[in-house]
Amino acid sequence: MIAISVDDKVLWSLVGLYGILIIASLIIAFLKKTVAEKSYTELTQRVKSWWVMVTVFTLAMLLSRNISLMFFGFISFLALKEYFSIIPTRRADRRILFWAYLAIPIQYYLVSIEWYGLFIIFIPVYVFLFLPMRMVIIGETKNFLHAAGTLHWGLMTLVFSMSHLAYLLVLPPLDNFKAGGVGLVLFLVFLTQFNDVSQYVWGKMLGKYKIIPKVSPNKTWEGFLGGVLTTTILSVLLAGLLTPLSFKMAIAAGLIISITGFIGDVIISAVKRDIGVKDSGNLLPGHGGILDRIDSLTYTAPLFFHFIYYLHY
Amino acid sequence: MNQLLRLLFYKVIVKFVVLIVLGLNVRHREKLPKQGPAILVANHNSHLDTMVLMSLFPTRLLATIQPVAAMDYFLRNRLLAWFALKIVGILPIKRTIKNRHDNPLLPCYEALANQRILILFPEGSRGEPEKLANFKGGIAKLAEQFPDVPVIPILLHGLGKSLPKGEALLVPFFCDVFIGDPMFWTGNKKTFIQKLKQSMEQLATEGQFSAWD
Repeated sequence: MIAISVDDKVLWSLVGLYGILIIASLIIAFLKKTVAEKSYTELTQRVKSWWVMVTVFTLAMLLSRNISLMFFGFISFLALKEYFSIIPTRRADRRILFWAYLAIPIQYYLVSIEWYGLFIIFIPVYVFLFLPMRMVIIGETKNFLHAAGTLHWGLMTLVFSMSHLAYLLVLPPLDNFKAGGVGLVLFLVFLTQFNDVSQYVWGKMLGKYKIIPKVSPNKTWEGFLGGVLTTTILSVLLAGLLTPLSFKMAIAAGLIISITGFIGDVIISAVKRDIGVKDSGNLLPGHGGILDRIDSLTYTAPLFFHFIYYLHY
Repeated sequence: MNQLLRLLFYKVIVKFVVLIVLGLNVRHREKLPKQGPAILVANHNSHLDTMVLMSLFPTRLLATIQPVAAMDYFLRNRLLAWFALKIVGILPIKRTIKNRHDNPLLPCYEALANQRILILFPEGSRGEPEKLANFKGGIAKLAEQFPDVPVIPILLHGLGKSLPKGEALLVPFFCDVFIGDPMFWTGNKKTFIQKLKQSMEQLATEGQFSAWD
């Protein structure tokens, strides 16, 4: 049934992941019984959505390599669609948006054939140059620069950056590192999402000094630093299981993921604030849209990828 | 055979296009009628409008729902007529009246008497994308004739961006479907149309629609 040969350590990590979900669900059930006066609807919805996301993710990772790649491509598609639906777009650009969507299958196809050289320049160079050319042929000049800019920003963050997750997956196993791409993806996605949650929890418990009040009034220094610390410790603990990183480099990876994850998060917050929406969508009950969930990954995926690529491949 | 094709069309193709390619944001789904007779009234920007509305209902109701559509447009050739009548399942009505005794709404009366759920676009045609045009009077006549049948206003947004009039290329966007409270005949054509339009505009204020021009 399982087409990819999965390393034992990856399987055990997945078991651990489900363990966390079970504990989270139990805590909420316990809170509901004992502290009844508060409403736990959003928290319950959130954890429910986590169950769904983790299950879909696990299946996508374990079934086969191509299913995993299509899964990441689909995430990019959903995110780009959400982005195009909330930003102002020009009527004249309907067809341009279609071309932009077309970049997704091509980008993920490049991952599947492991053509690294083109994968790394396809969107930043070719799509970047092609879309404005196509826009000029249509000829609408009003708000031209704004349209070209927003389009390319969306493609870079939601397709190009996110496709680094997929490229992690196709990285080959090394002699002394058997978990392979699946291990790396699991490590990155788990730490990034864990970092989000732990920054939130630390912020709720100790939060006092606002870190970036103009963009995200609920984010505090205590939450940020607590998250960085917890994520980095976890990175060191998990790196031996899921990555080829040494102790020192595991600390560096933890810092990269926790600090830049925060940056990705607040950047999507800034975009939503600019547009004037609270959630980017309602695909994930309790979380908002898909952009609200992958915001941190748009930063951590390319940065972690190049970190590990430079060190080990 | 046609019935099977219709089921496949709605449950496979339409579901795929509506849920995967587009993606819906439905608000107040519980206000949809659980059975006929009922009249769904929506703004009209795209051929996708009907598909989206049909996709909101369970399979058991599929046979009871009929989109009311212009005869001159959808029955203009045999292939299209087969597709519109047998697969989409439209209720064709005439848009032009030849003489005084000709009531184009008679098929609608009959359908409502048979406990059908009708989908009606009172703007008459798809019009300019994402703009609400004036309502035609037919909906008022139907409500007057059937004062006990609920009229449910539904606001659609985004479909005119995905597939506007005159375009063949579908571009994916998330689309909004806001369902309003059922309303009934007010006793007067003018107030009825006014009230219906007001509730559509009210629904529109629930959403936050990004600029498109």
